[in-house]
Amino acid sequence: MNFTFHRKRIAGVLVVVPENERSFSEDMKNFNFPEARSLKLKEVMGYDKRRVVEPGVCVSDLAVFGLEHLLGEGLLKRDEIDALLLVTQTPDHFMPATSSLIQGRLGLKQDMLCLDINLACAGFVIGLMQAFMLLEQESVNKVVLINADVLSRKASPKDRNIYPLIGDGAAITIIERDDEDSVIHASVKTDGSRAGALIIPAGGLRLPSSPETAHLEEVGDNNLRAKDHVFMDGSAIFNFVQTEVPPLIENLLARAGVTSEEVDYFLCHQPNRFMLEKLADKMKVPYARMPNNVVEHFGNNGSVTIPTVMAYNLRERLQREQLQVCLAAYGGGLAWSAMLLKLGKLAFNNIIEYK
Amino acid sequence: MKLVAEILKEIRPEFDFTASSDFIADGMLDSFDMVTLVATLDKNYGVSIPGTDIVPENFQNLKTIEALLRKCGAKL
Repeated sequence: MNFTFHRKRIAGVLVVVPENERSFSEDMKNFNFPEARSLKLKEVMGYDKRRVVEPGVCVSDLAVFGLEHLLGEGLLKRDEIDALLLVTQTPDHFMPATSSLIQGRLGLKQDMLCLDINLACAGFVIGLMQAFMLLEQESVNKVVLINADVLSRKASPKDRNIYPLIGDGAAITIIERDDEDSVIHASVKTDGSRAGALIIPAGGLRLPSSPETAHLEEVGDNNLRAKDHVFMDGSAIFNFVQTEVPPLIENLLARAGVTSEEVDYFLCHQPNRFMLEKLADKMKVPYARMPNNVVEHFGNNGSVTIPTVMAYNLRERLQREQLQVCLAAYGGGLAWSAMLLKLGKLAFNNIIEYK
Repeated sequence: MKLVAEILKEIRPEFDFTASSDFIADGMLDSFDMVTLVATLDKNYGVSIPGTDIVPENFQNLKTIEALLRKCGAKL
């Protein structure tokens, strides 16, 4: 499905990462797996450092910390927030919405919309689309999009398929109307028939958590995982990305009348370095224009990886100038999405540590 | 340039890859081994095996791996 938006812009990006850093060298001791094979995997996938929350830290804690930073620094005014969108797969509670908790903790005005969106790694692009749609309303002048997850709390430390790649974090993106006559193109697709490829089987009402669902089971390849933990069919997800994402981007660029060479950066969701290199090879994009270094520094922090690459790789540039970027985000659902936009000159584009 | 069998032996030294016709069914290569193998083959043969070709049927045995490499332009 295709979308076009006019006169909308990203005004600023703030990424919050936990202060707590883990290393792959520490993690691999937990795996029932020869060290030499783990080290080869580290080299290929780019596993190294990652940021994860301490026990008990929730999505709302990261979000409130980041928003208080922006309010304290005068980068955002409390009363100008007309909508607060939270994209997360790891809410504080089933009920109420975590966005309402964030609004309440910050004492924001009542005359605003708070909305939780249950999306995984595709959630940055789809969250932006929701924000742009809200800005069509005269009463909405500024939208705060929060992408946040603490998925490390749902990953089995004994599951080499997922544990060494998971990071936690939050990104706060400020979206507003653009005085310039800007045009943003976006596309999104969904295939719920493949939803089982990325799932936390237990803990919802279909399979409530119990002592049985917390029990670690041998799940092949010497991995141990419980039904309360996140499961990822790595091969299925890898093939999904390689098959579905390149045509989505090609069609988006063709619709916008923009060539691949005219795109300054392809800012793609970053599950691991290998997947991004293969995506770049397939799309014939040099690695330098499709950065893949978020995982090695922060881990895969879900829908936060794209704002993280903006702030980590292009911090000063995006504050100084405007770049033509193509965003691509894909993951649980399964959902995949892409967006072509002019990004910059951002009022702020930083990473801070949650302490 | 290393042979495919030598590369496989480096990844999983405990197995004899010349004695199997189905590495996946025989439990000699898991999905992460396939990733390590592809990265090593790419480097060794100066090719980029497409992501869409990283499927178990292309890594069943020495013949299927060599056929994949030839398809990608590698000179064996």
